[in-house]
Amino acid sequence: MAELFRIGDTVRARRVDPPHHTRLPRYARGAAGTVTDLLGHYPLPDRSARRLAAEPEPVYAVAFAAGELFGEGDHTVTIDLWESYLQPAAEEPRGGDTAGATSLPPRLRRDAPRGRP
Amino acid sequence: MSADHAGPAAGPAATVRRLEALLEQRGLIDAGQLDRVLGAFLARASPDNGARLVARAWVDEGFRERLLADANAALPELGLSMGGGIQEQRLKVVQNTADSHNVIVCTLCSCYPLALLGPSPTWYKSEAYRSRVVRDPRTVLREFGLELEPGVSISVWDSSAEARYMVLPRRPAGTEDLGEPELAALVTRNGLIGVAPL
Repeated sequence: MAELFRIGDTVRARRVDPPHHTRLPRYARGAAGTVTDLLGHYPLPDRSARRLAAEPEPVYAVAFAAGELFGEGDHTVTIDLWESYLQPAAEEPRGGDTAGATSLPPRLRRDAPRGRP
Repeated sequence: MSADHAGPAAGPAATVRRLEALLEQRGLIDAGQLDRVLGAFLARASPDNGARLVARAWVDEGFRERLLADANAALPELGLSMGGGIQEQRLKVVQNTADSHNVIVCTLCSCYPLALLGPSPTWYKSEAYRSRVVRDPRTVLREFGLELEPGVSISVWDSSAEARYMVLPRRPAGTEDLGEPELAALVTRNGLIGVAPL
């Protein structure tokens, strides 16, 4: 799978709240940062943790300014993020899912009712 | 923060014991096999390994550059690797300088380069460290006794995926005459995490 983003690109962590396992830290959601490194290809944990088919996808190191994450601070925090967690920074910081909602059966989508079917 | 991160490990521990018993019962592993595998891995996992890398990087400019550019490729030069676990993990070494400091954390759990730093300290897994060091690293470092000059910038590395991070501390002044073993002896696990100067 080719990388959607390159080093130096400004990206935004998706503002989502998935009902399943994810490794998109809550404090990063909705924040914009800069891709600083490409870390290889790994299966998306949102899918693999649920034993769904998970093709390896690009993982990026993304540097965020503390001010962007917390509204204060002068340090940077670099967070390693799967491509599904990211969108171009210019896009509206909403929508999408960390596990490809549109391709999932209805009961696994994030707008599906909680609990067992 | 979910309850299974905050709560005691009794649940998972019981599950693991039961699973191990079943595997033994069905003859898939023999008694004590898991303990031997873990024991062999942990016997090699030590902060002495990270300290040796640091000492070599201090005395050998070429090695330092290779370590910073592609740590996985440089590790075998000292007989080390990141392949002791289930799969080889990517290692990224981040270098402290006169005006920049690095500190590592895993806000989601406790990811950490075990082979090079040894088993992680309890505080590394605590919610307090994980939540506070990304938000206010300068204060957290001060609580560890590391007072940074106001002009020193701080980079926090959240090991939230498959890569692992190690800090390359600055070589202290006045150590020009020391050999590699003596230099390695100066380096601590906390220094490799970035909460101590060395």
